Amino acid sequence: MALLEIQNITRMFGGVCALNGVNFSVEQGKIHGLIGPNGAGKTTLLNILSGMTPPTSGNILFSGKNIHMLPACRVASLGMARTFQNIRLFPAMTCIENVIAGQHLIASRPLLPRLLQLPSAWRQDHEYEEDAMATLSRVGLENRAQVRAQSLSYGERRRLEIARALASRPRLLLLDEPVAGMRHGEVSQVAELVRILAGEGMTVFLIEHNMSFVMALCSRITVLNFGQVITTGSPDTVSRHPHVIEAYLGVDKSS
Amino acid sequence: MDLHHIFTQFYAVYGSLINFIGINSLLAISLYVTLSAGQLSLGNAAFAGIGGYTAGILTMYLNVPYMVALCAATLMSGAVAVVLGFPVLRLRGVFLAIATLAFGEVVRILAINLQITGGAEGLTPIPNKTQAWMIFTALALVGYFMAVLRRSRIGWSFASIREDETAAKAMGINTTWYKTLAFTIGAMIAGLAGAMSAHLNYIITPGEFGFSAAVQLLIYNIVGGTRIWYGPVLGAALLTALPEILRGIGVSAGPVRMGVNGFILLMVILFLPNGLVSLFSRRKD
Ligand SMILES: Nc1ncnc2c1ncn2[C@@H]1O[C@H](COP(=O)(O)OP(=O)(O)O)[C@@H](O)[C@H]1O
Ligand SMILES: [Mg+2]
Repeated sequence: MALLEIQNITRMFGGVCALNGVNFSVEQGKIHGLIGPNGAGKTTLLNILSGMTPPTSGNILFSGKNIHMLPACRVASLGMARTFQNIRLFPAMTCIENVIAGQHLIASRPLLPRLLQLPSAWRQDHEYEEDAMATLSRVGLENRAQVRAQSLSYGERRRLEIARALASRPRLLLLDEPVAGMRHGEVSQVAELVRILAGEGMTVFLIEHNMSFVMALCSRITVLNFGQVITTGSPDTVSRHPHVIEAYLGVDKSS
Repeated sequence: MDLHHIFTQFYAVYGSLINFIGINSLLAISLYVTLSAGQLSLGNAAFAGIGGYTAGILTMYLNVPYMVALCAATLMSGAVAVVLGFPVLRLRGVFLAIATLAFGEVVRILAINLQITGGAEGLTPIPNKTQAWMIFTALALVGYFMAVLRRSRIGWSFASIREDETAAKAMGINTTWYKTLAFTIGAMIAGLAGAMSAHLNYIITPGEFGFSAAVQLLIYNIVGGTRIWYGPVLGAALLTALPEILRGIGVSAGPVRMGVNGFILLMVILFLPNGLVSLFSRRKD
């Protein structure tokens, strides 16, 4: 079953056509990759999916519901979480505070019991804090919980951003270049995490330039070039597609 | 007996200063709320004015009880903030500051030209009803509210928006709603402070909440620090008491005082970018 259907999406920026009639769907519970050279329109597509940019035309169906007109916060509340290519953390907050902030959609934290000093409020805080700690351990940052996000290394920042996205327990996780700039050890750690998440039933849609990462992880891959889909298929079919070898793999020899 | 005597003596000399510190602390917190959601508003002095006029008109012309007038003033400022907030909070950074400043000018010009507000001379005589304990009870309640708000869903949303509005949206935070809420809570606190101030000073004039008053609130926040709610209180207390302290050590000339004010602001910006509260912070930045 398709969790996400992208139907005829076009996006113009002035005279520039960033996306041109994009069509494909993302299957429930699968890891779906999106590859293509810089400027192909990958991030633009992710922005449209998450409601940050409206499409010029076309439809997006998320579990059958048309979402292309909804604002980002409504899309998120339907169960979609994302990370950003140019990492957007809450720099002055600690790691655990970033994750706690990310629980917005699942944690009510009502004001009244707090004003009345009811124990239920503190109990709730404690539960959510433990939940945030568990989420931090999933990305291997449990020892950095009290460190401010701005003091983290580059790879740690990317991992914290994934943890913050996971905090709301999304059904669909969108990752924009999740392992860009990471060391080899960290890359396999993230690959392992994505595999586990998919095993738990989460759908993951990711953009990545690291070809061995994409080929090893994804069950389906869509190739985008100049705003158009070249092909969608299994890693095998995609890597044998002549246009793909020419447009993409020819340049980047499987890093 | 003796202690009581010292206390009454002290209050006789410094009473108005102490009240003034309380009112300015409330006003400083009112701006802190909006800043805590990442929004720079210069309209809070005008919201204090709206509160002051509302309460003053109610007690003077309609004989409304003081407490009812305070509540009405708080609600009036909040209502104006809701109406103003939705269009204005689409603006960011300095554009929001300019728009709220323009709103302040509109309020000031209205106050000068309307009959019911007493025109340029101001509204007087407003019955003197506000006492020190009322101001500090209000300050304590507002402080408690802020301390509790911080760890609520609203507080986390404010902090997320302040840190990165785009990321906050992606996390499912309805930023328009929470920014308007911050703006409105701030306006309500300002309205309350304005109403108490009007019933303390017998009079409220249009000049009291112009540009310089709006900027003064910002300076309280910068000097005190905006990481936690009592930062602005520290800033307001220090800068309000400063003229008295300076007089105490023999500096009385106006320009020298202004210079010291500016010097403190500059030192804080240079050496304590998170304000005076960072002196008490456990965590190294
Ligand atoms: N906000 C924008 N305004 C104008 N042009 C944009 C904007 N965002 C993206 N583009 C253009 O759209 C094209 C696709 O960009 P992008 O989606 O970032 O590519 P990718 O993520 O595949 O590298 C590029 O030509 C880029 O310059
Ligand atoms: Mg990109």
